Amino acid sequence: MRVMAQMGMVMNLDKCIGCHTCSVTCKQAWTNRSGVEYVWFNNVETRPGQGYPRTYEDQEKWKGGWEVGRGGRLRLRTGSRLKRLLTIFSNPVQPSIADYYEPWTYDYDTLLNAPVQEHTPVAQPRSLLTDKPMKVEWSANWDDNLGGAPELTADDPVLKKVSAQVKQQFEQTYMFYLPRICEHCINPSCAASCPSGAIYKRAEDGIVLVDQDRCRGWRMCMTGCPYKKIYYNHRTGKAEKCTFCFPRVEVGIPTVCSETCVGRLRYIGIVLYDADRVLEAASTPDDQDLYEAQRSILLDPNDPEVIRAATAAGIRRDWIDAAQRSPIYALINRYEVALPLHPEYRTMPMVWYIPPLSPVVDALTETGHDGEDAGNIFGAIEALRIPVEYLAGLFTAGDTARVTGVLRKLGAMRSYLRDLNLGRPADESIATAVGMTGRDLQDLHRLLAIAKYDERYVIPPAHAEQGPEQEELDVGCSLDYDEGPGMGGWGPFGETSGGVTPIAVENFHMLAGRQLSDTPAAPPTKDERVNLLNWDGKGAPEGMFPPRPEDSAALHGRPDGGGEPPDSPAVTDPKP
Amino acid sequence: MSATDVLLWVILPYVSLAIFVIGHYWRYRYDKFGWTTRSTELYEQRLLRWGSPLFHFGILFVLLGHIAGLGIPKSWTEAVGISETGYHALAVITGAIAGFCTLAGLAILIYRRRTVGPVFSATTKNDKFMYVVLTATILLGLSNTVLGVLGHEGADYRDTVSPWFRSIFYFRPQPELMAEAGLGFQLHALSALLLFAIWPFTRLVHVFSAPLGYFTRPYIVYRSRSAQLGNRRAPRGWEQERVGGGRR
Repeated sequence: MRVMAQMGMVMNLDKCIGCHTCSVTCKQAWTNRSGVEYVWFNNVETRPGQGYPRTYEDQEKWKGGWEVGRGGRLRLRTGSRLKRLLTIFSNPVQPSIADYYEPWTYDYDTLLNAPVQEHTPVAQPRSLLTDKPMKVEWSANWDDNLGGAPELTADDPVLKKVSAQVKQQFEQTYMFYLPRICEHCINPSCAASCPSGAIYKRAEDGIVLVDQDRCRGWRMCMTGCPYKKIYYNHRTGKAEKCTFCFPRVEVGIPTVCSETCVGRLRYIGIVLYDADRVLEAASTPDDQDLYEAQRSILLDPNDPEVIRAATAAGIRRDWIDAAQRSPIYALINRYEVALPLHPEYRTMPMVWYIPPLSPVVDALTETGHDGEDAGNIFGAIEALRIPVEYLAGLFTAGDTARVTGVLRKLGAMRSYLRDLNLGRPADESIATAVGMTGRDLQDLHRLLAIAKYDERYVIPPAHAEQGPEQEELDVGCSLDYDEGPGMGGWGPFGETSGGVTPIAVENFHMLAGRQLSDTPAAPPTKDERVNLLNWDGKGAPEGMFPPRPEDSAALHGRPDGGGEPPDSPAVTDPKP
Repeated sequence: MSATDVLLWVILPYVSLAIFVIGHYWRYRYDKFGWTTRSTELYEQRLLRWGSPLFHFGILFVLLGHIAGLGIPKSWTEAVGISETGYHALAVITGAIAGFCTLAGLAILIYRRRTVGPVFSATTKNDKFMYVVLTATILLGLSNTVLGVLGHEGADYRDTVSPWFRSIFYFRPQPELMAEAGLGFQLHALSALLLFAIWPFTRLVHVFSAPLGYFTRPYIVYRSRSAQLGNRRAPRGWEQERVGGGRR
């Protein structure tokens, strides 16, 4: 047994309202640069729908992920290493910009500088690739809220596998949202596809990253990733991907998408897994057994033997504690309500989903039935095969029984808790019907409905003993701020050249100080740019809103009106 | 042997090679982030699908041809019994095929670069200059091959250009050999020297990233988190000390 820790996420799809706040804040933090205009590390898809990039789930076409080859050996769908290198000069199955969308902006200048004229001036869309006027025809969520259905949804690769009659009913009845980030797979096919070895999995927390200094822009990762969550920065010529906000996670705070999630539907935690059994699990012959196989390599963090092995593998005590309190381990393995997205890609994804029950309840309620009655809801889950079949296509490689089981648990939880809330006697038979106890259902309800910040995000900070370079002390060059003379601008080969400034959210002490303080986030010394990467959810980041008139004397509007003198630093962190 | 000969066939080659070697070292040290293919496949695929493999495979064969032609002395091939005419025929035929593939690929790629909007927008001045030098070198080289077929330029490059090229690396340059070579070979060599001199400062550096290590490395790469937290590099003298064992 070789124990490794893996950071992971679970999203409760019942709670997603499709507001795209996660996408927008992620973009603001990570991809608001040129070259990645079209890139959404986090995107929210309406299902049924084609997704982003279009029809990415059709692996017959895009060749992403792994497959079991002859002799039961796991191999990349794109073939052998030699084959990939032979196609390196022109990758035959790489998505083009049209499959994502051509990024654009508007000619706002026309609005401002138009002369007096009879008609209102119009800001034309202009391509961010060519700077020419363009026709906007597609975007990252063009089919948001079933826009363009049923014509567009007909191309949904998951829907195509569902029978025709089911398809039509689905379009009339159901819709839900699927927020997606990089899966930070245990068996990442992007990393396996990278000719340069630039994509690596961090040994400490399993986060998959691209080394920008080693990436040479061969683009095999774009094909290799079945979720199409590796993007090509067309300005720098390097691959970029979701980072799991590692600078935030390293200091113990959740990713930007989780932090800003309006529905609070995301859970972050770590799981321990047995690295020695990954290959065996990923090579499971039957697609529908992959869910169980992946669950089986996750180790019980309360098992004394696992703890011993983890300690021997160098995992510190606080990480083991965090694994024991991990909300994602509970949702995946204790309650078994979370399911992986497309386990059949065999990458062992680590962002899991609790399938949505709401479509079933809504359909039931619309027909005049009591949508939360246990009998009704159990019946409906069985009868309304429609979403189940579709959900199974997403989460269990088509195994409907597994999805039904999860939906029944969620339904049972609703019924059981409703009885409690209405002061009726608890009906234990509801719990028994789904193989749980009333206590389990109450715990699950607590985790899904009322868990607070520190229960939803159990993130042990990274271990690096604190050295002076990690403090924001003035030991560096005083001219070494953004755009300052010390930075020297870009190198002679344009904006893509020269050294990279390491990404980080401040240091641990500073952050702890701020989290425990009563003052808002934005340090007054920072540049005007809104930096959500540094935002811990307190107050409004500097520059996000213009100053209010009454505050303008105080220079920076502070929502809590702390009553401090205007030029004293908002951050009162205890410097060591 | 005139001063011009020394300048062209001794000084220039050494300057060019020095820039080539030191330039690459410097670029790699300074600009790993800028070291990339700068692929434009994201913008356009139809033309690239033909142009890029034609050009790249073509130029790889051209490279092999140059290694054989410049690196292997005539006496060696004669020692293993390859006749002069046989060698010549082989070299000219394979060279012409590879050269025309390269040229065709290059033509498609340049046409694409000029006509496809986003690709043209992504073309820098640096790229344009490099394309001119690269195209000139390829055209001059190919014309030498073609003229060789037609029987012009009687001088055998294996008696002039090749020994001169090798003499550079023995550090006993023989400029008089190159001075005897035909004008076509001289021009080709000069444009190649210019190409080598600008090489480290263009996108051509990606040639040295040919990912041959991919065959031997394990599929999944694990790496430890960098020891540094914080958003600036550690100032000199403040590098982190390794404390204890534990997690790396």
